[in-house]
Amino acid sequence: MSRVRADEEEYWHSSKFRAFTFDDEDDELSQLKESKQAVNSLRDIVDDDDDDLERVSWSGEPVGSISWSIKETASSSTSPLEGRDSSLQKGSSSYAAFPKQVSSYSLSSLFKGRNKLPSFQSLSDALSDTGVKNYAPELRRPKAEYKDYSNDWNPKDTVRRMQRGKDKLVLLDEAVAGHDGNVITAVLIFLKRTLRREILFRELEVRQVALCHLIHFLKETGEQKLLLDLLRFLDRTEEVALSQYREHLNIQDVEKRREFLKGCIGLPFSAEDTSHIQDHYTLLERQIIIETNDRHLEMSGQSEIFKKYPRKASILNMPLVTTLFYSCFYHYTEAEGTFSSPTNLKKTFKIPDKQYVLTALAARAKLRAWDDVDALFTTKNWLGYTKKKAPIGFHRVVEILQRNNAPVQVLQEYVRLVEDVETRLSLATKYKCHDVAIETYKDLKDRIQLTAYKCKVERGSAEEEKINSVLNNMQIRWKN
Amino acid sequence: MAQRTSGASVPSGPRPLSGVPVPAMASAGRRDAPEAPDFGILKRLARDQLIYLLEQLPGKKDLFIEADLMSPLDRIANVSILKHEVDKLYKVETRPAPSSSDQFCFLVRPRIRTMRYIADIVNADKMSGRSRKYKIIFSPQKFYACEMVLEEEGVFGDVTCDEWSFYLLPLDEDIISMELPEFFRDYFLEGDHRWINSIARALQLLNSLYGPFGRAYGIGRCAKMSYELLRDLEGESEGDGQGRKPEIGNIFLMDRDTDYVTALCSQVVYEGLVDDTFRIKCGSVDFGPDVTSSDKSIKVLLNAQDKVFSQIRNEHFSSVFGFLSQKSRNLQAQYDRRRGMDIKQMKNFVSQELKGLKQEHRLLSLHIGACESIMKKKTKQDFQEMIKAEHSLLEGFDIRESTSFIEEHIDRQVSPIESLRLMCLLSITENGLVPKDYRSLKTQYLQSYGPEHLLTFHNLKRIGLLTEQAAGETLTAVESRVSKLVTDRAAGKITDAFNSLARKSNFRAISKKLGLIPRLDGEYDLKLPRDMAYVFSGAYVPLSCKIIEQVLERRGWQGLEEVVRLLNGHEFSVADSAAEDSAAAEAQRVVLAVFLGGCTFSEIAALRFLGKERGCKFIFLTTAITNSARVMEAMTEARA
Repeated sequence: MSRVRADEEEYWHSSKFRAFTFDDEDDELSQLKESKQAVNSLRDIVDDDDDDLERVSWSGEPVGSISWSIKETASSSTSPLEGRDSSLQKGSSSYAAFPKQVSSYSLSSLFKGRNKLPSFQSLSDALSDTGVKNYAPELRRPKAEYKDYSNDWNPKDTVRRMQRGKDKLVLLDEAVAGHDGNVITAVLIFLKRTLRREILFRELEVRQVALCHLIHFLKETGEQKLLLDLLRFLDRTEEVALSQYREHLNIQDVEKRREFLKGCIGLPFSAEDTSHIQDHYTLLERQIIIETNDRHLEMSGQSEIFKKYPRKASILNMPLVTTLFYSCFYHYTEAEGTFSSPTNLKKTFKIPDKQYVLTALAARAKLRAWDDVDALFTTKNWLGYTKKKAPIGFHRVVEILQRNNAPVQVLQEYVRLVEDVETRLSLATKYKCHDVAIETYKDLKDRIQLTAYKCKVERGSAEEEKINSVLNNMQIRWKN
Repeated sequence: MAQRTSGASVPSGPRPLSGVPVPAMASAGRRDAPEAPDFGILKRLARDQLIYLLEQLPGKKDLFIEADLMSPLDRIANVSILKHEVDKLYKVETRPAPSSSDQFCFLVRPRIRTMRYIADIVNADKMSGRSRKYKIIFSPQKFYACEMVLEEEGVFGDVTCDEWSFYLLPLDEDIISMELPEFFRDYFLEGDHRWINSIARALQLLNSLYGPFGRAYGIGRCAKMSYELLRDLEGESEGDGQGRKPEIGNIFLMDRDTDYVTALCSQVVYEGLVDDTFRIKCGSVDFGPDVTSSDKSIKVLLNAQDKVFSQIRNEHFSSVFGFLSQKSRNLQAQYDRRRGMDIKQMKNFVSQELKGLKQEHRLLSLHIGACESIMKKKTKQDFQEMIKAEHSLLEGFDIRESTSFIEEHIDRQVSPIESLRLMCLLSITENGLVPKDYRSLKTQYLQSYGPEHLLTFHNLKRIGLLTEQAAGETLTAVESRVSKLVTDRAAGKITDAFNSLARKSNFRAISKKLGLIPRLDGEYDLKLPRDMAYVFSGAYVPLSCKIIEQVLERRGWQGLEEVVRLLNGHEFSVADSAAEDSAAAEAQRVVLAVFLGGCTFSEIAALRFLGKERGCKFIFLTTAITNSARVMEAMTEARA
């Protein structure tokens, strides 16, 4: 690993890209800070009145904007007049007077023929006189749309076309050729109502574009049964399975969800996915057990850990890694036999070492259980010597510990183990693990850097003394 | 209308050059790019039509607006314009509407669930004997499926319907958005063609206002269909805009699936970073307290009018600091001039300059705040390491190392979207994942972020963003062992040579053909970019932009046959010589770049750069502004 890393560093240093670093406190950031100071110093000159600033409401929306005023209505929307008002309206004549559209959802406009492009108005628009005059001429709609639709529509033509049996499908093909999904779906709705399922399915099998439209339409309208029938007809068994599995997202009750997932295990998934579904079911089953126990434990107030760190949320429906974290946090020392123990989870779900260590480390570090952290990385060889080993890079370990505010003593032990020298030095400097930095420079025989490091330690401190003693050590053959 | 088409199959003979001998991309000498046409009229048209439609329901009414129409609406109208027509404004949402108004007007996208929401309101009113008038205004158009739902719910006779043809929202001087983010999923994942008509109509609208396009190029199935439909519409309407003098000489349509790689990269030009970090919505961004260093958020419009932003938006992030500090020094100096002024000078200063300076001061402190916040966030996220992994993937270098970086990213439960993005980037650049890696990464992903993402993986596979190499495609055992050895040693040149032999990755081949990875000695000066690669720190020229550059330069696809084949074809190139002849030389150097499925700010920056280099003006039309997170979110199956 270290060799790869070193080679890689070499590549990145020799490459043509200027290393633009986001994490260095280099001059660019300080430049930014300077500019900020300069600008801030001007604030008192400028802040007297903000006349040209956008007026912004407390919620941050500019006053007068539409989003803003919608929020305003929302907050003052419960009108006390509401109830009275509606009773007054009851039976008033305005309801009847309102011109209704004829409810004739229709495709007739599609039948008007000749035009390669189907029209975009429905029959109801064509029949009701509002349809046409709704468009203002001055709005520059293309002239073609102002045609009188009812003239365009030729019933004789349509009837003749419909009499020629196959014509419905010609219609579909025309719609597809016209590249308009809206029309394709419209024809499909019509076909769905007028053709036997098997015939529709069979015809769609050879019309892929139209088929996509029907599937999408069924998904959107939630016609699950028909969708499944279609997918089964097409022999798309995996999609049948996934489509059924998707339904679990709508089941709120955990018990019902668990039951549903149990039923999903037998669905025709790929072998790989079947095991994921199995795991999903097992996980939820575990979570239900853990949740019941822990809620009880927490309520009874007898458990120290729950008293000290009350649970913020339920563990139900959480991902496996989150569950593992939870179990490392609350149930770390439990024997493998219990469902809530980390080792049990690890075994049941075959969690890789790397994943396990990362999660356990994060959980124990959060609790500041440094002994546990130590034990996580300590291995004994057959002679009884202990050694620190980690399936993840020690720089990651350091990062996680640091994020949990580990004390320097703990931190430096792991900084020391970072293999890559550059990374080790930068981490040591960043987190003030002076001993590690001093020793590394000593190993590198880099007198210049070590001397420079003096300014990073406190004057008169043990660290300074240590640097001086190393620098004065005649045994070391400095490289510079 | 004299037009000729040339596809890949048509032998490409010498094409007659049109009257004006200036190609779109004349590279001889640098010229100033022409101005973009004025798109302000699009806003006025949309606003006027909306007001007209609202007047069709005379008297006081409550207006219910679909959530994702609110921001676009904000950009073309304000409350005072709506006020004389509208009593109260509501957001379309799930709760029943508490209102005493006699008339309800719904301004919505044509969606099934919105129809059910409206039907519920109407039916509830019916139940309680309440009578009102209901009007539904669909934007940009009505779908038959919506009517069907209204009919099924038994309310079709109770409502009137209208269409608000609000196809185009100008976000900036050179960016027009259709604000249809759902186009991406609807078309590329579901294969639904419902928006193609809207696209054709949007183009038709541009035609009628700015004249016909002299030359049209495109690649992708949707691009082709949209253009065909446009021509049909034009044919039907007998050319509304045909008489107009063309203002846009060229149009280039591109499907997003031609180039997913670029859309998936982390952005490092300022505007892209702001979008990735804070999400620019409809041309404006909400800067939170961490940016404004106060307790309130500020909504800021980001466009060419912002004097500070317009100068840094296209810059690589590393050049932005220098600029901002220079700018603040200048500002300081200008304020300092007050000292030693007499009363009259002071009066002049206050009346003429102070306002401008204050405005600049405000903008400057906002952008400095934004930079600081970006730096903080990116430092926390291991941005450096991530960019490194990305560049390795783009170069096809050190794949194992990048794979384990991604693995660790997943294991640490860092952002699910980022993990997914990196996996997809790995998959596209490598032409699919090795089955072993695919299984292991997928398993770990499901363990870290939830088993229901099984559905997400299925979507990604269908759309081709994250696939598993078929058995035949994988390397033979020996090859892979050698490859592993070679890549692990990270010996650049050998690895590259080996990769090109062993892998059948289209991206790799395309990248090689078009020279997307600049091979340059020395340092890439990001402050003085030499090519479009600067938008990705000099590591990669965005594929989409490179294709556009090449085709414009060649005035067609000749010589790009191999690239076209690798991109799965569907290219076209059409010249309308009548329109070309009547177009002024200036107009011939205007290019409308249409991105079907979204366009990123990095691509916009790259093409703006190209335009400056070649003396032409790019205008962007996109179904929506996108970035890697939006692409990934569109594929994610969330909990209901």
